[in-house]
Amino acid sequence: MHVPDGFINAPVSAAAGAVAAVAVAVSLRGARRELAGAGQGVGAGAERTAPLAGLVAAFIFAVQMLNFPVAAGTSGHLLGGALAAILVGPYTGVLCVSVVLLMQGVLFADGGLTALGVNISDMAIVTTVVAYVVFRLLVKVLPRRRSSVTVASFVGALVSVPAAAVAFTAIYALGGTADVPIGKVFAAMVGVHVLIGIGEAVITALTVGAVIAVRPDLVYGARGLAKPLELRTSPLAPEGTAGPAPAPAAPALATPRRSARRVWLAGVAAALVCAGGLSYYASASPDGLEKVAHDQGIDAKAKDHATKDSPLADYSVKDITDPRLAGGLAGVIGVGATLAVGTGVFVAVRRRRATAPAAEGTGNA
Amino acid sequence: MGAGHAHKLYRHGHSPVHALPAHCKIAAVFGFVLIVVSTPREAVWAFGLYALLIAAAAVAARVPAGFLLTRLLIEVPFVAFAVLMPFVAEGPRLHALGMSLSESGLWGAWNVLAKGTLGVAASVLLAATTELRELLLGLQRLRMPPLLVQIASFMIRYGDVITDEMRRMRIARLSRGFEARGVRHWGVLAKSAGALFIRSYERGERVHLAMVSRGYTGTMPVIDATTATRTQWTRAAALPLAALAVCLLGWTL
Repeated sequence: MHVPDGFINAPVSAAAGAVAAVAVAVSLRGARRELAGAGQGVGAGAERTAPLAGLVAAFIFAVQMLNFPVAAGTSGHLLGGALAAILVGPYTGVLCVSVVLLMQGVLFADGGLTALGVNISDMAIVTTVVAYVVFRLLVKVLPRRRSSVTVASFVGALVSVPAAAVAFTAIYALGGTADVPIGKVFAAMVGVHVLIGIGEAVITALTVGAVIAVRPDLVYGARGLAKPLELRTSPLAPEGTAGPAPAPAAPALATPRRSARRVWLAGVAAALVCAGGLSYYASASPDGLEKVAHDQGIDAKAKDHATKDSPLADYSVKDITDPRLAGGLAGVIGVGATLAVGTGVFVAVRRRRATAPAAEGTGNA
Repeated sequence: MGAGHAHKLYRHGHSPVHALPAHCKIAAVFGFVLIVVSTPREAVWAFGLYALLIAAAAVAARVPAGFLLTRLLIEVPFVAFAVLMPFVAEGPRLHALGMSLSESGLWGAWNVLAKGTLGVAASVLLAATTELRELLLGLQRLRMPPLLVQIASFMIRYGDVITDEMRRMRIARLSRGFEARGVRHWGVLAKSAGALFIRSYERGERVHLAMVSRGYTGTMPVIDATTATRTQWTRAAALPLAALAVCLLGWTL
């Protein structure tokens, strides 16, 4: 849904415009790397970027016009952010969807000119980045098969659309001009976009599956999944011609990685089950410290938390009346956010560790 | 490609608005929309004056009213949202025609409708009086990164080609007796989308190689370096300046 002029006030629109400009500038740099091609040097990137990104943008523009009939005469179409991120990479994806939005705004008056920043931040940046992060995590976790790329793109697209709705609600909360309460906007936007997200996810997964079946090398998200070339000698060949067999080394390397992945997967599943399902049955009474404080009267001056009005306050999503659903949803969102932050910290730490021994090694030598 | 190289959004003409350089027009339209958005919604008469300004610009550009009004239809999905707003918004309520309407919701709906419509009308006028290629060059002259302009121009140039490719695939599906009726047929449509991506990407690679073989190094030469004169800037600024006067009146009255 393209936001028109006047829906978000001027300061927030300007701020969103600044965010969008920075993101597009970063994507321009990143896209050069992504489109440089596997076999070519870094220098080849610049001249390949314009034609390839332009054609991918034209593809997204066209595929948004492809109608998918749902039922009883209604039909939907693809938004394309998740698809672009998985097929050509996150930077190029942001860039192409932004260009599509820019052209739609300037030429077709679809989405206001002053709301361009809001539209780009919401539909190009949030959708693409969220889809790609979820996709990447799942591809790491799942077994290294082509079908897991399809599964990962399904989940990535499924999450990306409601994430854009949440981002829109946040922008609306900051600078919305209409007097509709945030809770209602949140519930309506997320509710509708969960449904849209399911359609988007099915179509994205099917499309990625179709591309991967024909040209797996074109799918950015599936790079590195190709198995290394394996030399096998025929059992009928005479003994002497059999070369050194490197084959046994590969499974030995792969096994520890696989097991770590399995542990990771189980952990994520357990956390989601606990947060989503079991949290409802958890004790609603305050935890130990709170109870003590209450008994002793030392919390008389305690203020309510500053975020008590946030959509996730008290671990339940506002305006969803079913307590089980509300608590479960809040739990799942919480686990997702924690997982993202935690993984970020972990990756940063591991990178530092990886560079530290290298530095030591050069120091000793 | 071919057939005049003009997009259907563009109306060829020789009016004073057509003659202005693209970057002046883009800056003027952007300034106009910005001023409209920052006008207080209570100043209802100001929006009437803005509409008159747009109408005057359309007359000067010799764009018929019917063309402008049909292009405004793009706004319809948001109108539905605006109509809902008085029913869901909070605050003091009015009773009219047997319905309970929120007062602030009515103001909000009016706000979105008025500003959105004026914004759409301004961009429609811009697209109707400026050729696509000039529009992109105008954006480049307004300091948009050249690479972004190149990507956008490739998208515009090949947009019709890719859309035609999609249309051919649709005809191929139809001629084989396929008709998409429901969710069960999504697989076929998604395979078409996948094929479309592969064809687009491979076309991009071919275009790149063809360009490299003709000496392309990543930048496009600027052939027509037009600069705007002072009078042209003044003419283009007439619209936003008049709007600014209306806006200031709206804030003070």
